[in-house]
Amino acid sequence: MLKLEKRPQPSRAFSYLTPIFAVIATMIAGGLLFAALGKDPVLAIRTIFYEPLFGEFAFYYAPQLLVKGGPLILIAVGLSLGFRAGIWNIGAEGQYIIGAICGAAVGLAFYPLDAWYIFPLMVIAGALGGLLWAMIPALLKVKFGTNEILVSLMLVYVAENLLAAMALGPLKNPEGHGFPGSRNLKDYPAAHNDELITGTGMHWGVAAAFIAVILAYILLNRHSLGFSIRLTGEAPRAAKFSGVNPARLILFCLGMSGLTAGLAGLFEVAGPAGQISIDFNTGYGFTAIIVAFLGRLHPVGILLAGLLMALTYIGGEIAQSNMGLPSAAIQAFQGMLLFFLLAVDLLTNYRIRLAAKGAA
Amino acid sequence: MKLTKRTLLTGAATAIGLAASGLATTAMAQDKTKVGFIYVGPVGDGGWTYEHNKGRLAVMEHFGDKVETVYQENVPEGADAERAITQMALQGADLIFTTSFGYMDPTINVAKKFPNVKFEHATGYKTAENVGVYSARFYEGRAVQGTIAGHLTKSNTVGYIGSFPIPEVIRGINSAYIHAKKVNPEVKFKIVWAYTWFDPAKEADAAKVLIEQGADVILQHTDSTAPQAAAQAAGNVYTFGQASDMAEFAPMPRVSSIIDNWAPYYIARTQAVMDGTWASDSTWDGIGPGMVGIGEISDAVPAEVKAEALALKDKIASGEYHPFTGPLKKQDGSDWLAEGEVADDGTLAGMNFYVEGIEGDIPK
Repeated sequence: MLKLEKRPQPSRAFSYLTPIFAVIATMIAGGLLFAALGKDPVLAIRTIFYEPLFGEFAFYYAPQLLVKGGPLILIAVGLSLGFRAGIWNIGAEGQYIIGAICGAAVGLAFYPLDAWYIFPLMVIAGALGGLLWAMIPALLKVKFGTNEILVSLMLVYVAENLLAAMALGPLKNPEGHGFPGSRNLKDYPAAHNDELITGTGMHWGVAAAFIAVILAYILLNRHSLGFSIRLTGEAPRAAKFSGVNPARLILFCLGMSGLTAGLAGLFEVAGPAGQISIDFNTGYGFTAIIVAFLGRLHPVGILLAGLLMALTYIGGEIAQSNMGLPSAAIQAFQGMLLFFLLAVDLLTNYRIRLAAKGAA
Repeated sequence: MKLTKRTLLTGAATAIGLAASGLATTAMAQDKTKVGFIYVGPVGDGGWTYEHNKGRLAVMEHFGDKVETVYQENVPEGADAERAITQMALQGADLIFTTSFGYMDPTINVAKKFPNVKFEHATGYKTAENVGVYSARFYEGRAVQGTIAGHLTKSNTVGYIGSFPIPEVIRGINSAYIHAKKVNPEVKFKIVWAYTWFDPAKEADAAKVLIEQGADVILQHTDSTAPQAAAQAAGNVYTFGQASDMAEFAPMPRVSSIIDNWAPYYIARTQAVMDGTWASDSTWDGIGPGMVGIGEISDAVPAEVKAEALALKDKIASGEYHPFTGPLKKQDGSDWLAEGEVADDGTLAGMNFYVEGIEGDIPK
């Protein structure tokens, strides 16, 4: 009989190894899924993981990894702070939307003025928008003890409706023949978050993601606030005795995750997406939750996890287009990744033992 | 940090060098014509995307092994669409159909980078040397629906499930209303905005609300069959299939339908690319050329109503009658079209007002 036995200490080795195990398990199970659909599993896995990096058109796909991974990493780094302290912001998608609306609104208000300060103002507006949207669940939790998971999640739907209203109303392109959607910021150089170097996919949002990774690393390892966050997550009682102020921590963690999500939204709307439209948000805020956990809530881990997630997206699209795989199969494939990660995670905290006979 | 950045930049320079050779590869001649399709929904949605995919299958059947088709479904509008389109172009597609309004800017952007690839964008208005646009005059079908609806309603209340308040949808409401009113001066329209193209739960709720408010005919500009099911459950409510025939709900509640038929257009444009005669244009076809189909009018409709509806359909198809023919006034009472005057395509394309008699405001 097999028996699970709790480890006295979480295994350090396993906490690094489990993501790799999860990826391998996903490849195997995903391969079986693709085979069941009548596709060549080896070719499908190769298309997803190899093609974007080393295939014929890698010159296009590799930069796209940054475009797709940038917002995921930026949001996930913000979320990871709260997740470490047991503060669950599930509504990053909403904060992402509000950041995009606020940032784009500031840019569009200046149209067609050409001035250097427009883009920086947009960045500030985007960050503030996300921050303020996240303050709603934060203040409600601090003042009334509401559940931040529910409040932040519900606010995503509010934000989505606000987005539709903006695309159809105040931010609608006056020269758009009555169609929904704002002016395209790509056609407005002062507000456009262009690639910093053409063809690299590097835009300010990707730069911000890298900066966020470094800042989060410093915060968690070198700063007393980072210590409070870690302590609250790992030993809440000890944190209380050491004088950590829970209200301040809640405001800080939700605020920072809102801020990074808002920034991600702004950089996306001013860059790759280009315009506020009804369907502007495509789930980065939710996928970032997976990325945060896949990266073990560690800044560097998140960086790698974000790029891996981007790889499955881009490789998945190539597999769809080249091999005729249904998009649902790719989504299932990505879902497996989180599933296996959580499953394999068991090994970090438990070990499998052969139990003595008769014990069962 | 500095080192990492340096490495990144070197990588970038290499990538740009590679880009040039990569593009050259794509431009190389191929035996088969490769046609790509970008879909906004799943191919099994039973409505909009389903019909576009039927068009793709028709292209495959028509040209056999002279074509190769590829598609990508569930492509979000925006940055992801740009990548999906680019990817198809890189993989050597000669012609790419992008089948949702939100793909407009991405299509134009990608087209700039691939001057040798032809692009066709559905329901938009931006064209380029290698980008054409196409759409269907669904309002012609709405005229036929309105005629049937005006006759069928006993409560004189017709419910309308709108998707988004955009010209395409407003045009449909106006056309249906004008023709319902013609045969039934007492008729009133109740309009609910669902703010979605495809969401069975929301669409079902909208249908139920309309039925509770006394509507006994429901028109929908959303793509799922949920309103049909809601009407069936309520009994004595008539509906029309949207985008696809939805014949599984005939003869009641579904009494007819508007069917998008993209196959002839897709075949013609593919042929043009093969022949080297493709040129950018704006196609807006209706019942006449067969882009808009009217689904079988079921026996739940009295014979004389059916005959009247079919006669109207024929008159529209032959070009003898235009659904927007004056005298017509706008909702605010101002004049729009004088006696016998016909709406021009520009006004129709950007239509942002209701005609006189429709109650309520277009959401802003």
